[in-house]
Amino acid sequence: IYTSKLNFDSVSEKIPTFRVIELKGKVIAKKYDNTDTATLNKIYEKMVQLEEMDMILLQAQRQGRISFYMTALGEQACTVAVAAALNDIDLIYPQYREHGCLIWRGFTIDEFAHQCASNSRDPAKGRQMPVHYTSSKLNFVCVSSPLTTQVPQASGAGYTFKLQELDRIAVAFFGEGASSEGDFHSGMNFAATLGCQTLFLCRNNKYAISTPSDEQFKGDGVASKSQGYGMLTIRCDGNDAIAVYQAVKNAREYIVKNKKPAFIEFMTYRQGDHSTSDHSILYREEEELKSWAQNNPITRLGLYLKKKKYREIDEESDKELRKKYRQETIKALKSAIEEKKPGIHELFNDVYDRQTDNLEEQTKQLREHLDKYQGKYNLKNFEQL
Amino acid sequence: VCQIGRYFFFFQAEDGIRDFCLSRGLGDVYKRQEQGIAAFGIGIASVGATAIAEIQFADYIYPAFDQLVNEAAKYRYRSGNQFSVGGLTVRAPYGAVGHGGHYHSQSPEAFFSHAPGLKVVIPRDCIQAKGLLLASIRDKNPVIFLEPKALYRNAEDEVPTEDYELALHKAEVVQEGKDITLIGYGTQIRVLKEAAKEAEQDGIKCEIIDLQTIYPYDIETLVESVKKTGRCIVSHEAPVTMGVGAEISAALQEKCFLYLEAPITRVCGYDTPFPLAHELVYLPDKWKVYDAIQKTVNY
Repeated sequence: IYTSKLNFDSVSEKIPTFRVIELKGKVIAKKYDNTDTATLNKIYEKMVQLEEMDMILLQAQRQGRISFYMTALGEQACTVAVAAALNDIDLIYPQYREHGCLIWRGFTIDEFAHQCASNSRDPAKGRQMPVHYTSSKLNFVCVSSPLTTQVPQASGAGYTFKLQELDRIAVAFFGEGASSEGDFHSGMNFAATLGCQTLFLCRNNKYAISTPSDEQFKGDGVASKSQGYGMLTIRCDGNDAIAVYQAVKNAREYIVKNKKPAFIEFMTYRQGDHSTSDHSILYREEEELKSWAQNNPITRLGLYLKKKKYREIDEESDKELRKKYRQETIKALKSAIEEKKPGIHELFNDVYDRQTDNLEEQTKQLREHLDKYQGKYNLKNFEQL
Repeated sequence: VCQIGRYFFFFQAEDGIRDFCLSRGLGDVYKRQEQGIAAFGIGIASVGATAIAEIQFADYIYPAFDQLVNEAAKYRYRSGNQFSVGGLTVRAPYGAVGHGGHYHSQSPEAFFSHAPGLKVVIPRDCIQAKGLLLASIRDKNPVIFLEPKALYRNAEDEVPTEDYELALHKAEVVQEGKDITLIGYGTQIRVLKEAAKEAEQDGIKCEIIDLQTIYPYDIETLVESVKKTGRCIVSHEAPVTMGVGAEISAALQEKCFLYLEAPITRVCGYDTPFPLAHELVYLPDKWKVYDAIQKTVNY
């Protein structure tokens, strides 16, 4: 197709955002109002659990009881409802704000607390900072701090699932800031050109630490980039749990049926700071926070459930529920902090599948050093062999 | 199994692997993006499959550095052994080829030998190439396998057709001798052999050791040899400062100090980018090694 016009207009219309319920819970997309009530109630409950756990663990960091924390405040729907729509066996490659998926799949409050306290009961053996969760049992690949590295890995996994003819997809989560990294390009282009059974989920929460999204890109968000790769692209209201659920369910079906990847950009807002090392009031306005507070994923689903009379719990029970989650978290954290740290030998394990000679020698060196200088190190908090 | 990388017309090594994969209905993926190639391979390995990722020239491996060092190397450790990428092997042609210049001659083994969780393996010839590659692929840890490109077209040997592996983390004494230990790997072993032949005419008997696995390496075999000879030279094409030779010298002087009759010498490339017009004088050739042997023996 050729043209004789030299057009300097920038790209046409913005990609619209899929939504099923409005801010007050009213249905505007009847066609997609068919999620079963048990699932919706569980999504509601788990989002509440996520919020309460986040508030307690955030306070715990402020009190110096854990070293670091990251909340998912305001973004609960784009992880909990996503996990609800996936199969439990679908392998999630997280960024670092998707603990809602773990809550849905049954990661216990104790397991969260052990990891945050870096104790000997953390199955990841206290190797990483708080919130760097992992669970092979729950199909949740380890969180790692480097941004976007998980995206092309999810492409590789999705490709493998296709070759193995599995009804299984790989799911890559990332923020809108991460879409600026080179690995985003790798992951998306490989998946599109090779036909990987991979679902790409972008939490566009308007901030990449302190960089607002209008400084992150000049095109139409991240969805327009996805279209550039020739991939099925959906933009979805990330604070509408039902829209999230429906979009992911349908995208998953598309992926497995067509053996091609799909992409969803969730439009949401990061209510909290980036992490406990951030102080976001320094770079954003109170009005913006207040305005987005009107668009709360938990409230919206709650209002919908109430309107439809699907809600299994009333306002009183809701208060009780929140109190229960708060207390559970407090108790789990207290107990986790009292546990010992993993034994010293765990420093040297798991570098490889088997110990190598250099590590055996270094283990011995450290042991001898600690024996000789016993009084200089406070080791009573470590598990003894 | 999935072979990822480029189909290259430069070397025929690819044809063999490609035909092997296609004839067995295995995955075969061609891409031109190093950070993607490594990451894709990590993804495949993270779900328990085998991925052989190929980088066209080791000189182009750096975009994959983050994925290899921050992800592949740490996958098992950071997850408390819940996830790992043992099925990943990254192959790349490395080393001088006569006319490669900056970007077709590099030896990047030292960069990856400083990332706990990775392994680095380099074969010196055909028989080792097969045995070490099979061992690397089957090893349950991510391995960087660097292949001496200079030997692609001019190495020939009777390679057994049956399946066999050579052990990783085992150095091989390629030639025995009582006067001095020469340590190297890859193409450099040929150079060491030639230098040893020259030295033999002066009555010097050299012991030559091929490291084979660069990281983690077999210090025991090296120590045993140096305790016997009391003299040592380490030689590689990569620049001398902060190279593999520096590590080996440090470790050997720690363990064999009282057995040494002379300082350990490194005969390596200079601290310059790999040159084109000056390759002839840049390389640690047999005369430089021979000279070092003389100086060390006569110390």
